[in-house]
Amino acid sequence: MGDAEQLQGIREAYDEQYGFRDPDTYVFKARKGLDAEIVGQISEMKGEPEWMRTQRLKALEIYQSKPVPTWGPDLSGFSEDDIYFFVKPAEKEARSWDDVPEDIKRTFDRLGIPEAEQKFLAGAGAQYDSEMVYHQVRKELEAQGVIFKSIEVGLREHEDLFRQYFGTVIPAYDNKYAALNTAVWSGGSFIYIPPGVRIEMPLQAYFRLNTASIGQFERTMIIVDEGAFLHYVEGCTAPTYSTDSLHSGVIEIVVKRGARSRYTTIQNWSDNVYNLVTQRALVHGDASHEWVDANLGSKITMKYPSVYLLEPGAHGEILSIAFAGRNQIQDAGGKVIHIAPNTTSQIISKSICKDGGRSSYRGLLKVYPDAAHAKSTVVCDALLLDDHSESDTYPYIEIENPSVTVGHEATVSKIGDDQLFYLMSRGLGEDEANAMVVNGFLEPLTKELPMEYSIEMNRLIQLQMAGSIG
Amino acid sequence: MGAALEIRNLHVTVEDQPILKGVNLIVRQGEIHALMGPNGSGKSTLSNTIMGHPAYEVTAGQIIFDGVDILEMEPDERSRRGLFMAFQYPVAIPGVTVANFLRNALNARRRMTNPEDKGIPIPAFRKLMIEKMDMLRMDHEFAGRYLNDGFSGGEKKRAEILQMAVLEPQIAIMDETDSGLDIDALRVVSEGVTTLYGPNLGVLVITHYQRILNYIKPQFVHIMMDGQIVESGGPELALHLEEQGYDWLREKQNGSGK
Repeated sequence: MGDAEQLQGIREAYDEQYGFRDPDTYVFKARKGLDAEIVGQISEMKGEPEWMRTQRLKALEIYQSKPVPTWGPDLSGFSEDDIYFFVKPAEKEARSWDDVPEDIKRTFDRLGIPEAEQKFLAGAGAQYDSEMVYHQVRKELEAQGVIFKSIEVGLREHEDLFRQYFGTVIPAYDNKYAALNTAVWSGGSFIYIPPGVRIEMPLQAYFRLNTASIGQFERTMIIVDEGAFLHYVEGCTAPTYSTDSLHSGVIEIVVKRGARSRYTTIQNWSDNVYNLVTQRALVHGDASHEWVDANLGSKITMKYPSVYLLEPGAHGEILSIAFAGRNQIQDAGGKVIHIAPNTTSQIISKSICKDGGRSSYRGLLKVYPDAAHAKSTVVCDALLLDDHSESDTYPYIEIENPSVTVGHEATVSKIGDDQLFYLMSRGLGEDEANAMVVNGFLEPLTKELPMEYSIEMNRLIQLQMAGSIG
Repeated sequence: MGAALEIRNLHVTVEDQPILKGVNLIVRQGEIHALMGPNGSGKSTLSNTIMGHPAYEVTAGQIIFDGVDILEMEPDERSRRGLFMAFQYPVAIPGVTVANFLRNALNARRRMTNPEDKGIPIPAFRKLMIEKMDMLRMDHEFAGRYLNDGFSGGEKKRAEILQMAVLEPQIAIMDETDSGLDIDALRVVSEGVTTLYGPNLGVLVITHYQRILNYIKPQFVHIMMDGQIVESGGPELALHLEEQGYDWLREKQNGSGK
């Protein structure tokens, strides 16, 4: 099979699995661009209380006053005037797949979401363009007081709880895109896990873009109360378009004393999507939070999940995977802030690039003066699959307490001819051999995932690998 | 008649340097050949070229396997057709277990005969691994270790033999498998090869030293010098070499060259 023919086959495979698109069936689409009128329109359509509308408008001003960041990947090619900031997919959010509009349901069927929900999830949410079209959690969890709703329903039905936390973990002025999200947020999950409740199976939300030139601004708020446990997983894909789209989410998480939470992302946007996300967890005494952040898709991703260790005994982990292929920039990493004594953290970053893709680790480890005896390890490994790809490491470490233990390691390796020859001499094709080395490189992280997701992950890597053109 | 590996007048250069200068050799299923020669005579170039390493350029000659010229084939296709090389320096693949690796390699073979093949079922594969590891008297935990990652020299060579046992090639090349092994490891590895040897397996043992031939008994011995096979004979040739060294051959070469 010739290269061109093979490539054709791969494109078809990608479109078949993720890159397909449905006819536009939205019930409302705001005009392109962003101003106070659009923000007001979004707020009004959601029937929000006045305080929320005020916060949105204030955030819009902050967004407009902040410059586009220039310290990372070049965002100058992006224009907000070309983006639809709000596309409402359906009249209402369903609690049964049968009530989801037919075209949209078919998409999620094709992506295997209802099937996954039945097999191994404690609950599932599905967002299509600007809003959630489906949200459901197992009855027995609901009976224990678990709240798993769309963010809009969260605001409507649990306004006090919502208002107590909204914007407290990530304020609008945190950065330009946090401000943008606060102004135009739409969709995302609202989760509350009561004290002592442990959810063994994950809750999952799936984010899907369909309309071309859309902006998606998921806002998720998670409160894990004392001694509780939660694993939340988000996945995302989009059709391949020649015009740019934007995904700019804000995820706020509060992990109370003795609780544990894990947030796993498997990001597989098509490569016309700008993915600019702010994620932060506040961790209280003896609690822990883990980010498992896998970035495989998108055009440019800028994403540095962060953990604030607020009280003694708090623990944070960031496991970051970034895979940049042709025309992709993955600027990923994480931030850990040690504020209290005896807090511990670990950052493991694995980045891969091929076909001229560029992936960077950008991380901050900050230890404040009060954080005596804090311990942290930072490991960043990069794997280059060819000579014309690039990998960079920007590890910022700021330590203001002398009793701290910090370990830092960084490696860069390249798949060598000898590795390839060895694997091929056992009958594996070149793509398969490359994928095997990559999967092995990522193994320390993928083994942390529940089996269903590690299989999914291996499959995505295979797909990403097969996309290589010699 | 079984499959044969036939090297015809093979010339190979590495970085434009001629290394092999007209090698002729036939190894058939069911035969054991030893290829001996001093360092730098081209032994490893021959094995790597047979397996298709991209750094070795064939400038003339043919390699026929089972009646087909394989020179244009990638290493993976050569392997799937039934060729195997035990590496002198097996390469570490961190994060990939021996079992996972072998299952993929086995499935690649199955797909060659049937593109629709769904792969060997896990229980059947597990059974196969256990059977082969028992045959080679290997600890079962070996299957769960990352391939060659942190293996001792002896473990690496045993992992090569295990791969050979699972993949069941028709012709296997042992590329200086004895190098860097102590006497116990050498015995274990040689026993493995002897166990696997039979009418369906042809073996080409490439070695610098005679000592591995105390354990693996070849029917044919060839001596390579300066990119050519200069002498072929039976097992007595290896013994002769051990007693006399390579000098008598060099003299003989120089003598005939005049």
